[in-house]
Amino acid sequence: MRLMGGESAGSRLNTSMVAFRDAVHLIRLAIAFAIGLVLFFVARGLLVPKSFGEFGHYRGAALGEIAAQPISYAGHEVCEGCHDDVLPVKRVGRHARVNCESCHGPQAKHTEDPGSLVPPKLDTTVLCARCHAASHSKPMDFPQVQVAEHSSGLACDTCHQPHNPRIEAKGRK
Amino acid sequence: MSITRRKLLVLMPAAAVAWEYVLADQPEGSPNYKTTDHWWGMLLDITKCIGCGSCVRACQLENHVPDGYYRTWVERYVVRDWGFGNIGVDSPDGGKNGFPVLADKEGKSFFVPKLCNHCADSPCTQVCPVGATFISPDGVVLVDKKYCLGCRYCIQACPYGCRFLNPETQTAEKCSLCYHRITKGLTTACCEVCPTGARQLADLKDPADPVHEFLKTHSVQVLKPHLATGAKAFYNGLDGSVR
Repeated sequence: MRLMGGESAGSRLNTSMVAFRDAVHLIRLAIAFAIGLVLFFVARGLLVPKSFGEFGHYRGAALGEIAAQPISYAGHEVCEGCHDDVLPVKRVGRHARVNCESCHGPQAKHTEDPGSLVPPKLDTTVLCARCHAASHSKPMDFPQVQVAEHSSGLACDTCHQPHNPRIEAKGRK
Repeated sequence: MSITRRKLLVLMPAAAVAWEYVLADQPEGSPNYKTTDHWWGMLLDITKCIGCGSCVRACQLENHVPDGYYRTWVERYVVRDWGFGNIGVDSPDGGKNGFPVLADKEGKSFFVPKLCNHCADSPCTQVCPVGATFISPDGVVLVDKKYCLGCRYCIQACPYGCRFLNPETQTAEKCSLCYHRITKGLTTACCEVCPTGARQLADLKDPADPVHEFLKTHSVQVLKPHLATGAKAFYNGLDGSVR
């Protein structure tokens, strides 16, 4: 009986200690895990850009960087601010909705320094044909000409003034 | 009101997320522009496009696109039979210098300007392994070239062929919808120079934008609608032959 009682007490002790018997391994593992976790967060903090995740799964600062790119085309509102002599002529003609830089090219630099950066004179034979050379791919209602027959080699601006291309409007700017 | 520990644990991360949204309103560098006020797209009217290539030239000059690569380009379609079995498409140098006149006038022919569709559910951003390409809060698909690895996965993923690898920077490149212009209140370079108004920048969140009236009164389609990419490049007069 005593023996039996001793045995049962010992086994009871064993069952309660069994979880902690090799606890030192678990503690080591936990420490290694904790160090790994700390290292991961330190490395992550150093490697991942600060703005990553600001708006979504990307670098938020990229938005500002892309938006900061300088412009080349100033936009017709800026042109019209100074060239108000052209505006009334252009506004009544068929080219009213053709913006300035469509023909004159990018002029953002000219708007910053109008004195020294003067836009080059345009070659109307090339420029007008780009839009108005006849092609059956173009919309039927778009004005088109057979370039070679139409002007027999003369420059377009001999007859048509680009800002208002109607021939009656010749002589105006 | 008493806050239990459980409630506090739920509320704290929620508050952190909410604060992120408060901060997430403005990109640095454009102080008067609120990304949450806009949702950008474009309207392209095939019935107005004359294939002059002004948009392609302007895009190249505005965005310093290398020669032989295109963020936007113009395609000429020639459809010779109505079962769409015989479709001819050409785009010499992206249509940059216009198109040579066709020898025969058979079939119907028209121009289709193309660019990134700025899809709301874009396949290209989904596949980026590093988060270098993304949809901005105002609906523009952009590339962070500092973060791009140049793995080309997005180039393969785009069903519209709108991306390329910039040979100089070795990073993916695409139409940015002139993000540097639209955040300053300007229109894109291609829309600025389009002589016929075939291209129009559209702010789908701005009720005053004329795009809403146009979409309401016209039969407008996007490219490859069956892919459900949420494309925001809306085409008027889109022929069934266009791919």
